[in-house]
Amino acid sequence: MSERSLRGRVAVVGVGETAYYRHGHAPEPEVVLCLKAILAACEDAGVDPAAIDGFASYSNDRNDPPTLATALGVRELRFSNMQWGGGGGGGAGAMANAAAAIVGGLADCVVVYRALAQGQFGRFGQGPQASTLTGDLALSVPYGQMSPAQWYAPKAMRFMYEHGIGQEALRAIALASYHHAQSNPRAVMYGRPLTEEAYDHSRWITEPFHLYDCCMENDGAAALILVSAERAKAFSQAPAYVLGAAIGAGYRVHSTPAGFGTPDYASSHFKTLAPRLYAMAGVRPADVDVVQCYENFTGGVLMALVEHGFFAPEEATDFLKLENLIAPAGRLPLNTSGGNLAECYMHGLELQIEAVRQVRRQSTSQVPDADVSLAVAGPMVTPVSTILFGSEATL
Amino acid sequence: MTSESYLPPGLPIPVPERNGLSAPYWQGLREGVLKVQRNSATGTWQWPPQWIAHDTRTFDLEWVEVEPRGRIFSWTRVWHPVHPALRDACPYIVVVVELPHAGGVRMLGNLVGDPRQEVAIGAAVETVFEHHPDAQPPFTLAQWRLAGSGA
Repeated sequence: MSERSLRGRVAVVGVGETAYYRHGHAPEPEVVLCLKAILAACEDAGVDPAAIDGFASYSNDRNDPPTLATALGVRELRFSNMQWGGGGGGGAGAMANAAAAIVGGLADCVVVYRALAQGQFGRFGQGPQASTLTGDLALSVPYGQMSPAQWYAPKAMRFMYEHGIGQEALRAIALASYHHAQSNPRAVMYGRPLTEEAYDHSRWITEPFHLYDCCMENDGAAALILVSAERAKAFSQAPAYVLGAAIGAGYRVHSTPAGFGTPDYASSHFKTLAPRLYAMAGVRPADVDVVQCYENFTGGVLMALVEHGFFAPEEATDFLKLENLIAPAGRLPLNTSGGNLAECYMHGLELQIEAVRQVRRQSTSQVPDADVSLAVAGPMVTPVSTILFGSEATL
Repeated sequence: MTSESYLPPGLPIPVPERNGLSAPYWQGLREGVLKVQRNSATGTWQWPPQWIAHDTRTFDLEWVEVEPRGRIFSWTRVWHPVHPALRDACPYIVVVVELPHAGGVRMLGNLVGDPRQEVAIGAAVETVFEHHPDAQPPFTLAQWRLAGSGA
């Protein structure tokens, strides 16, 4: 193993979230949600909030570290980090940045956080309201191509065309999230199961995405606390160790909305990341016990699972069946909290929390002996990121 | 010269950047000409507009007129409007068009004609210059129709 590795050197010791709301329904300001999620993660870990010395987030979170550190009475701010890139591609990246800061001695106790109250600000799923546009947006929006679903649908369409993959593969991904949400009282879609028939009869948003292929938009906040492995056992919960992580993109992956120019178009952009992830973690795809994979749209999950080596594109239709994707006994339990589709669209940070809960044996859809737990952030955007957690048994 | 627009008015109007990067493209469309960038030294095509050639890291990209045709690389049919101007315009088809004769660069556009038509990846298409002379400022979009589907 290379000296330059995160493997086994940092652990998540605390996780926390607010109640999750439909977008526009948060009863409190976004910054209050953010603070409450951080305090919940501290409480879970048994960490004094004043001892947090680093903050990491992504996707231009509106709540900046100096504001949070001041509000929380943090004694000393030592790390203040924003992962570049919009969308949810930075979720695992923020975790990796926090871990790297700890390994590098920049900080000792870093909180990764994300807060969203889209009702109080703009919504992701709305098109731009400007009267004129320049640059890459000018090449897209005048053609009615202006929302994430619209930008990413043709990527999935092309991938499905190249490999002969049908709608039922996307449906299985959606059904898995909804299935798991029925066991998770935190989930916005708890008590609202989804059937094959309801999926099939749901309206198109933009082909090949039905309504249920698209993430929700929600209000809430989530946070995780990371410390060095040496200190991890001093806290209340079983540590979830970072085994490996990777951030980035392949060759000339254009930012949305110029993604049509990306040479490897029909991709979730994990082809170069997954080998680095597995090499750092010292595991193979077959060792992964449970997967949380960011569902902006189910087509991104399809490609991300392929690019993480769980099956070949030609095997996708056979592999992506509901029974294979559900805890406790499926071949590859997927999105076991309900994910972005059915737990909450907390920009994927809820998936990082769920990956940790699996390692701790605290999921509401627990996979037995889940020692190696994968969390994939933001397929199809750029840069993307991905992270593996392990129990103590994996060290 | 005017042509009927595929989508209703009210969407944001494309304009060149203040620094003029894509101005030759937009001016070309107004004149019924499709232009993309090419590295004058290596002949490497590049799109969307950029200041620097990615292969030689030189700043001498040239604007080259290309034959206004391509083939459908991918597509989506939009059923859910996310802009007020499109409230009654769904469904509509967005295509990603590849230009094999220009290094395989790709661009977006609408596939004109029946919005409920079957769309075939690989189908040959040709540019329809959709002029908006009355817009402020006036502009032209590069739309696409199936090759040989009429004037």
